[in-house]
Amino acid sequence: MTEAGNILVDTTTRIFRDLGDPQTLNGAADDRWRAPLWRALEDAGLTKAWVPESLSGAGAGVADGFEVLRIAGTFAVALPLAETLLAGWLLSQAKLNVPQGMLCVAPARDGEQLLIGADGKLSGTATSVPFARDVGQLAVVARRGGKAIVVLVERGSCEIHAGSSIAGEPRDDVVLDGVTPLALADAPPGLDEDKLMAMGAAVRSVQMAGALQSILDRSVAYAKERIAFERPIGGFQAVQHNLARLAGEAAVALAASGSAADAIDKAHGFDEAVLLEIAGAKIRVGEAAEKGVAIAHQVHGAIGFSKEHVLHRYTQRLWAWRDDFGSESAWAVRLGNAVAAKGADALWPMLAAR
Amino acid sequence: MSAPIHFDPIRLPPEAQALREEVRDFVRQETAAGTFDPRARSTYAGYSPEFSRKVGKQGWIGMTWPKRYGGRERSFLERYVVTEEFRVANAPVGLHFTADRQSGPILLKYANEAIKSDILPRIVRGECCFCIGMSEPGSGSDLFAAKTRATRAKGGWQVNGTKVWTTGAQHANYMIGLFRTSPSTKENRRHGLTQFLVDMAAPGIKVNPIADMSGEKHFNEVVFNDLFIPDDHVFGEVDAAWRQATSELAYERSGPERFLETSAVLFELVRVLGAKPDLRGAEGVGRLVAQLHALRRMSVSVNGMLQAGKEPVLEGSIVKDLGTIWEQELPAKARELAAFVDPRHADRGAFDEVLRQAVTIAPKLTLQGGTTEVLRGIIARGLGLR
Repeated sequence: MTEAGNILVDTTTRIFRDLGDPQTLNGAADDRWRAPLWRALEDAGLTKAWVPESLSGAGAGVADGFEVLRIAGTFAVALPLAETLLAGWLLSQAKLNVPQGMLCVAPARDGEQLLIGADGKLSGTATSVPFARDVGQLAVVARRGGKAIVVLVERGSCEIHAGSSIAGEPRDDVVLDGVTPLALADAPPGLDEDKLMAMGAAVRSVQMAGALQSILDRSVAYAKERIAFERPIGGFQAVQHNLARLAGEAAVALAASGSAADAIDKAHGFDEAVLLEIAGAKIRVGEAAEKGVAIAHQVHGAIGFSKEHVLHRYTQRLWAWRDDFGSESAWAVRLGNAVAAKGADALWPMLAAR
Repeated sequence: MSAPIHFDPIRLPPEAQALREEVRDFVRQETAAGTFDPRARSTYAGYSPEFSRKVGKQGWIGMTWPKRYGGRERSFLERYVVTEEFRVANAPVGLHFTADRQSGPILLKYANEAIKSDILPRIVRGECCFCIGMSEPGSGSDLFAAKTRATRAKGGWQVNGTKVWTTGAQHANYMIGLFRTSPSTKENRRHGLTQFLVDMAAPGIKVNPIADMSGEKHFNEVVFNDLFIPDDHVFGEVDAAWRQATSELAYERSGPERFLETSAVLFELVRVLGAKPDLRGAEGVGRLVAQLHALRRMSVSVNGMLQAGKEPVLEGSIVKDLGTIWEQELPAKARELAAFVDPRHADRGAFDEVLRQAVTIAPKLTLQGGTTEVLRGIIARGLGLR
């Protein structure tokens, strides 16, 4: 972590503590907390962490931006911060200017493609786009004659079919029916829907690791406080062993997502090695989310299943984030096929090179 | 509020990856020369004086130790590479592995100069085998219940009792044994045990082989009958052995041998499923590879943190817990994924053979070197629950 990165981390933590405390938000009667929190994030330059200074961004490193998102994960952030960072990253790759405000990216699901016609207009459907209805503009990867193009689109010019994730956050179908782009540029070599999916998967892995860290902390704290059978439940071996397993899942999530973020930071593109790191992270962190959530709820008992308790803000997001930018299954098929194509004897050298 | 868990994204340095190529060349040469057969599988790492001597010549035993004892003063990450390449190649490291991993470092820390200059260079040359005397018929996971007694004698100690499940005792030149020198106290039930260096050639030691469930005889019962141990073979403080095993455990628990023991099953699974697996096979392999990758990155991280002088004890225990569960589950998952492969498939025989071997050793993987239950207790303590 650079010194600038440390400052960024401190700033992020402070802003979320002051304006985005999940317990406070959970009890809020309306969503008036959203505007001040977003403004604070924007003022601190965090929403444009991945936009270089030359494009009027904060110019933070890739690793520092991931660290901001891990911290956001520990607060179960219900704003499109990750999506705005991703949009900033995508637009910057094509040297396009990045507008202020909330942004999101599309496609966000495996195997979808949007097209630019001969008339220069955009068409196609992107499903389950995170936060689409909340943003001002969308950053999109589309195809023109087979070539990948990065496009900025006004949300108002798209047809939005509202949907939601299991956590109740927007996952909207976006229909582009002859939409005129606000701006567009050729994607640099190697950047396409696939790479956007990979970057999105890395982002979600890092967020999930942060959320798992937080549910571990909360579960351990709860087990120390909650008295049953005349002692803290954390004193029971059965509960201790469940929490040890949760620690293992949080640990593997931190390690795998941190490794993927580091790989992206150090690499010059998305080569095979980086794809192993990202697929490995999204698969294993998704599995950790499933196992970890079950344990956290088991430890918390009935109170953790209530609306009033903060736990569901994490656990429902963990479930939802598994599905964005390629599920564990989708990434596993892709990784499995890549391994099979290279053959049994290439597997160990591939792993050992990381 | 933040759990005290850290996994820095440490990468192996270029010199370690360069060393990897040397190790692979060496493995290729030795298998071609017939020093060992990588397909020969056993419930424990094979024992080969010839191979260990050759590894010693390469400078790959005790490679992190001071040069004055024959070491090479190389990093733990370089040792990591040698360990994982040998494990994946199924190399017969049984003679030197225990001495290299844990006995040598204990000698470096606690033995006097004469013992260090005598024994360490022999370990480095691949000529000196160590075993570990911990478990007893009445104490396994409950290490501090050990009853084998060492009582004061003229110029040293006299030992009576029995150790059991002692891997490699039949070959070992030395044991590092844990013996009771005082009763435990009410305040501290871990009090009263002392660590000793035992010369396995001394009179008063009987080694009785015990067959494991595969029929192989790798572990033993070791009976001490008035064994004399001289005073300078006491390691560390008398009665306070429990204080000595802290950071060392992270080395013992986080190495690649803690998740690679059944890895051949994965490689043979990929081979038998072929270049174009069906959806079920592709997804299954993808998940297994993701798990192995994540474990390996955790393990490298812990070893990198150790090299940097940190003490990731909690992280080391987590790696062993996750790693041993994974290597234990791998054979069952691979068996499911290969269920519909044609029995006449050319690679099916090789797969079935490594699978059978892995299924057989699976039960011991979560027992040896600290059971799952013990590890989870340690992790719970790290979380502040105990």
